[in-house]
Amino acid sequence: MIEAEGLSKRFGDVQALEDASFCAADGRITGLLGHNGAGKSTTLRILSTVLRADQGRARIDGHDCALAPLEVRRLLGVLPHASGLYAHLTGRENIHYYARLHGMTKAHAKRAAGELIERLGLDEVADRRTKGYSQGERLKVALARALVHRPQTIILDEPTNGLDVNAVRMLRELLRELRAAGRCVLFSSHVMQEVAALCDHVVIIAHGRVVMSGTPAGILASSGAHDLEEAFVRAAAGEARR
Amino acid sequence: MMRAVCTVFLKEILENLRDRRVILSAFIFGVLLAPVVFAIAASILSKRAVDTLDKPLELAVAGGDHAPNLLAFLLENGVEVKKVELSAEQAADAVRNGEHDFVLLIEEQYVRELAAGSPAPAHLVMDSANSRTTAGAERAQRLLEAYGSQLAALRLMARGVSPDVVRPLDVRTLDVATPAGRALLLLGVMTYFCFMSMLAGGFYLAIDTTAGERERGSLEPLLSLPVSRASLIVGKMLATAAFMSISLLLTLAAFGVVLAFIPLEALGMSANFGLRVILGMFLVMLSFVPLGVGLMTVAASFARSNREAQSWLSAVMFLPIAPIMFAVVSGTKPSTALMAVPSLSQHLLATSLMRGDEIPPVHALVSASTTLAAGGLLVWLAVRLYRREAILG
Repeated sequence: MIEAEGLSKRFGDVQALEDASFCAADGRITGLLGHNGAGKSTTLRILSTVLRADQGRARIDGHDCALAPLEVRRLLGVLPHASGLYAHLTGRENIHYYARLHGMTKAHAKRAAGELIERLGLDEVADRRTKGYSQGERLKVALARALVHRPQTIILDEPTNGLDVNAVRMLRELLRELRAAGRCVLFSSHVMQEVAALCDHVVIIAHGRVVMSGTPAGILASSGAHDLEEAFVRAAAGEARR
Repeated sequence: MMRAVCTVFLKEILENLRDRRVILSAFIFGVLLAPVVFAIAASILSKRAVDTLDKPLELAVAGGDHAPNLLAFLLENGVEVKKVELSAEQAADAVRNGEHDFVLLIEEQYVRELAAGSPAPAHLVMDSANSRTTAGAERAQRLLEAYGSQLAALRLMARGVSPDVVRPLDVRTLDVATPAGRALLLLGVMTYFCFMSMLAGGFYLAIDTTAGERERGSLEPLLSLPVSRASLIVGKMLATAAFMSISLLLTLAAFGVVLAFIPLEALGMSANFGLRVILGMFLVMLSFVPLGVGLMTVAASFARSNREAQSWLSAVMFLPIAPIMFAVVSGTKPSTALMAVPSLSQHLLATSLMRGDEIPPVHALVSASTTLAAGGLLVWLAVRLYRREAILG
């Protein structure tokens, strides 16, 4: 469960985020939709406690991101937009490293990494260095790394960027599985179809403000648009005019 | 906290041991290159010095028939006289094109002037730009002057005057340099090489800590783990320190091996470079490791990219090396005040160890405490900088 209330963040002269509030519930996939530079990454970085909001507060399962960052990070699984694997380590070692940093014992970390490798079909490549991995394999390792401690809340920043069709499919399936298991999934995207295909709840963000949120059907109804793309463009344009 | 530091440390060690670029720069280039270059330079230097001292002086003499007594004197002093037939121009050409190292030219009027008791002309044709032959030319010149003084003394005595009249000063030089001391200029360069390879050992790790992780996109997920940023960076800096220490130890060991094969004794030098001295130098320079780690990590954390960090660090590496270069050239002597200067104090202490000089305990104490304190400060600064939001770039 993610609760954001009135988040604001400023970088120098740029107001990256202004009074952004939204909610992402357990057992649902929530999409954070917006153009490049709309404030999606900033929002996710505040939630993952890497950045601190200037104003407002964010809570993950009731823990304040600014006041109890270590507790929040324990509950979170984060997939940033660059996979960020260590090229000289094998896939298994990459996952194991994160498991250990989550405080697992060696045996526990080994077991958890092994399970995810099997689940994601990485057996064949898991003991090779990640230098030679394909995009899909990289994503799988990055996902396994984010999920190794079985987090209740999962945050993904533009996860489908630069992926081929198969990898996107695999990712969608996995996210649906997580939803079925009652986890809270929040992902950002600037691709409409993606959000429409997957999300139960959509938060549209433009120029650092949340301009609309609700179910895909609800958003269509309230904006009077034919499809989500139209609604998104109208909402973003409306914000720009203000 | 400790477990996270340990996990990060072990991962960094593993990852970097697998990186060929790191291995090459930390354990191959720095460690082997410096001693090898040093060995080649030193053996050429010492070989040349030995050669010129031992080889009999070869002197081409044109018109030697005019001065049989001079030739006899030269032969007596171990000169290999080679009689040649050359005019003044031909002699100059022969020296210029290297056919002869130098030529002694005696003209006909030599006999006349000598008999008349006025200065008899003898020309030594030499090339002062040729460093290979200058030592020989100086020896020839000295011998000629000695012959001249001998003649002068004889003439004075023939006139009933003591030769001491024209020798108001009796200059005698006493060389007090110990053999190890004479090797010092050569060995002083060694601490410079040691510092270079020590810093090179941690170069890529220090960059990777901030700029490298950021560029690979692995910094953000790392920072969203339930581990304090202090443990992350301390683990990374410990790994950097470990690589630097190993580079340093390997370099010293390589020097130990190389110096065993250099004929320093033939130069009248002796290198005091046993196992004890190597270990002592290692301990002395080890105190600089935290400062080196802190300095490089801080510099790299300001860089926006890997490449920028590399340029920054290449420049920063010369900060600790500059005082050493200065000290080597100017022959700075150890003092308590200088012991407060990091890198310079390690250089002076290491040099004392090699000379076999006794090190005052206060020197060791001041050097270690100031260097470690400065190192601690920089490490603290690196941790502080790692906590900034801007570290994400």
